[in-house]
Amino acid sequence: MKAKGWRDLPPGSVVLEGGSAVKFKTGSWRAFRPVWIEENCIQCLFCWIYCPDMAIKTKDGKRAEFDYDYCKGCGICALECPGKKGKKAIEMAEEGK
Amino acid sequence: MATPLTLKELSKKEDRFTHGHRMCSGCGAPIVVKIALMATDYPVVISNATGCLEVSSCISEFTAWNVPWIHTAFENAAATLSGVETMYRSLRKQGKMDKDVKFIAFGGDGGTYDIGFQSLSGAMERGHDMIYICYDNGAYMNTGIQRSSATPLGADTTTCPAGSVIPGKLRSRKNLTKIMAAHDIPYVAQASPSHWQDLARKVQKAHEIKGPKFINVIAPCNRGWRSKTNDAIALSRLAVNTCYWPLYEIENGVTKITVTPKEKIPVAEFMKPQGRFKHLFAPENEDLLRQVQEEVDREWAKLQKEAKTD
Repeated sequence: MKAKGWRDLPPGSVVLEGGSAVKFKTGSWRAFRPVWIEENCIQCLFCWIYCPDMAIKTKDGKRAEFDYDYCKGCGICALECPGKKGKKAIEMAEEGK
Repeated sequence: MATPLTLKELSKKEDRFTHGHRMCSGCGAPIVVKIALMATDYPVVISNATGCLEVSSCISEFTAWNVPWIHTAFENAAATLSGVETMYRSLRKQGKMDKDVKFIAFGGDGGTYDIGFQSLSGAMERGHDMIYICYDNGAYMNTGIQRSSATPLGADTTTCPAGSVIPGKLRSRKNLTKIMAAHDIPYVAQASPSHWQDLARKVQKAHEIKGPKFINVIAPCNRGWRSKTNDAIALSRLAVNTCYWPLYEIENGVTKITVTPKEKIPVAEFMKPQGRFKHLFAPENEDLLRQVQEEVDREWAKLQKEAKTD
């Protein structure tokens, strides 16, 4: 993506479109990838509320897949995941392996 | 009716703070912001003091804010919002606007405890109808971890480096929540992202109260705290359970502790995972560590007493 020059920007660099950061993908920052293991998921949604990057999709009040376009791989979700019967529903895996 | 504060219902709402922002991996501040913004259904207007949150949530034409947002300088988030709120009141009076709009200012501890303190104090005294939310990460993290007046006793920062001369910061952090309470404003609270429902409820409650409100929220910074990227929530939970960061609110002068830890654990448990306190666990700094614990105990006892007598 090519950055705009100063002539293309509105005066005062005012941003006229809300939430335009979605066009900037931060997934490439990730060194570790969270993996969702659905059978261990109790749908507590803690991962969703604690994700600093809004990188967990939800559908009708339920957790869906990770949004790897934006996940920076911090691992908060995996640490906070209570899992089911001692088995975590989110595990971290090294990228590129 | 406001959306109930359950994760299931909240997850159905549109993000008011979107992905694509460039805060560090595992930062605590965006968690604070997203919870604070989803806690209300009102249209909101935000003013944001310069700091990590501001510089990395709105870069050139990319903004993570899905709500009207004003970037202000370090010192005037509260002053700018005072002006916006006054204009809004005027427009309502003139009959040019009929929407119920709420106003929130966000600032880091540098922009709140130090540089923005005069404008915050002024806005609170003038009685503007707004919430000021401080996300406190305990130093100027954006510019490279310089000490602020929110930096805790003994912490290692680049401007009070722990070494053979000094054992980190020599002064205690100031208690801004109490200072704001001394302004005699209708609502002051302290919250933590680990207790998301408590934080959301405080923001929701504050929106319903007319006048100036202040909420101080702890926001772990893994770069400055020298901790792991995955422990922002775990550390803020430890901060609550050690009573380093008690969760309470002061409504019209009445203090109420909203979360009492089941078991008060030693503050060392909160400090151990953080590299900025590493030197405090050396034998020569035993006294300083004891001093930190005594201070936490003293403040907690004081708070409990206040909550009781009220």
